[in-house]
Amino acid sequence: MKKTKQDTDNQELSDSSSSDSESLEVKRIVVIPGEVIVSGEDYLPSEGTKRIGQNVVASRYGLAEIAGRVIRVIPLFGAFIPRRGNVVIGRVTDITFAGWLIDIDTATSGFLPLDECPRFINKDEMDQFLAIGDVVAAKIWNIKTKGIDLSLRSRGLGKLEGGYMFRVIPARVPRIIGKEGSMITLIKEKTGCDVTIGQNGWIWIRGESIDEEIRARKAIEHIAEQVFVSGLTDHMEEWFTKN
Amino acid sequence: MTKEFKRLDGRANNELRPVMAKVGVIPNADGSAIFAFGDTVAIAAVYGPRQLHPQHMQNPQKAYLRCNYDLLSFSVSDRKKPGPNRRAQEISKVTEWALSPVIDLDGFPSTVIDVQIYILQADAGTRTAGINAASMALAHAGIPMRDLVCSVAAGKQDKTIVVDLSKEEEDFEEGEGATDFALAKVANSDEFTLLQLDGKISPETVPEVLSVVTEVCKEIYKIQKKALKEAIKNGSN
Repeated sequence: MKKTKQDTDNQELSDSSSSDSESLEVKRIVVIPGEVIVSGEDYLPSEGTKRIGQNVVASRYGLAEIAGRVIRVIPLFGAFIPRRGNVVIGRVTDITFAGWLIDIDTATSGFLPLDECPRFINKDEMDQFLAIGDVVAAKIWNIKTKGIDLSLRSRGLGKLEGGYMFRVIPARVPRIIGKEGSMITLIKEKTGCDVTIGQNGWIWIRGESIDEEIRARKAIEHIAEQVFVSGLTDHMEEWFTKN
Repeated sequence: MTKEFKRLDGRANNELRPVMAKVGVIPNADGSAIFAFGDTVAIAAVYGPRQLHPQHMQNPQKAYLRCNYDLLSFSVSDRKKPGPNRRAQEISKVTEWALSPVIDLDGFPSTVIDVQIYILQADAGTRTAGINAASMALAHAGIPMRDLVCSVAAGKQDKTIVVDLSKEEEDFEEGEGATDFALAKVANSDEFTLLQLDGKISPETVPEVLSVVTEVCKEIYKIQKKALKEAIKNGSN
């Protein structure tokens, strides 16, 4: 158990594309909760890991990334856990006197206050801006125990009209966006579609034609399945020539 | 013991029935798993952390682990009337107690983690199969956990301790009578999270049962681990 690194049933892979530009050796192995990733005082346990005595132990199921001294676990499955600054896509479920209630697939519902809208809205005409059932892209700006506050005051946020929406596993969203948005830029370029990705796994696409929209969706679903491919952006360039 | 004891299906005393385990069987769930001990098949789905209703059940300090165990009506030879009964409620409750010590519930205050366990086919040891499936499904759902939970039933055939009893063995009334002892253990530590005894056993033999079960749980852990790791290797959802 001590030398998990050498365990034969662990698949290993060094990935240079997702590491920082420094030539750090990055190693990825599949871990389950309670499994010792590495042992030694030198290592720094990060997200999804815990230090127990000499060992760094995984507390989640996923890919353990050993980048130099830093150990973290990249989750691949599970529900969306909201973080401040996340852009999410949700549906309006209710209108109150002070704002809108928005379902964003979290344990506590999202609230979009009137004064977090980009322009002035008369309280009597709130449903003309966002009606119940409308889909909106918003940013999480505060998380409290009793709710999540949303905001529209940022670029690219607001009501989503036309196009269509589908869902992927939220944990795969970072891969779909790519390093500094490289992957999503590629998809937009190749398909000419307008794509908005919510960290909660909801993805909205609007394109010139339905064919291009379907192509973009297929590309995104393909990426979500490729967990183990390194240099995924190059892989997708090739995928687009074939599909 | 003078006579060499032989089990009905020819297994060794500490041998499990053929085990099958797989994760990611329910695409709509956040995490899911199927686990089988021979003819006993359990399927588990995990949803959440999500909003808990009714609101008065919310705990601002930690999440609530809500397990629901049930037999499907076709899982037993006499059709089981659908819906929860006293037995199902009890097993749901002990499953919650068996699993909650390893789960980091403090991380998700005021929420619920729903675990649905259904028995597709029952041939003794359904609660243990259910706990094994649920433990894998919880890991698969990305819930922060300290460890996995492994579970197996031990029992006695007259004076001999055997593990993972089948229905036939469970009904074996000769000698000292039928004994069914369901246990659950935290995989990498010596904590037992479920001890449910039905029948008779002397206090002196309990430590022996625990040591046998500890060994068997290592095997179950290996199978659970393999199933979880293979799910990522295949790159499936």
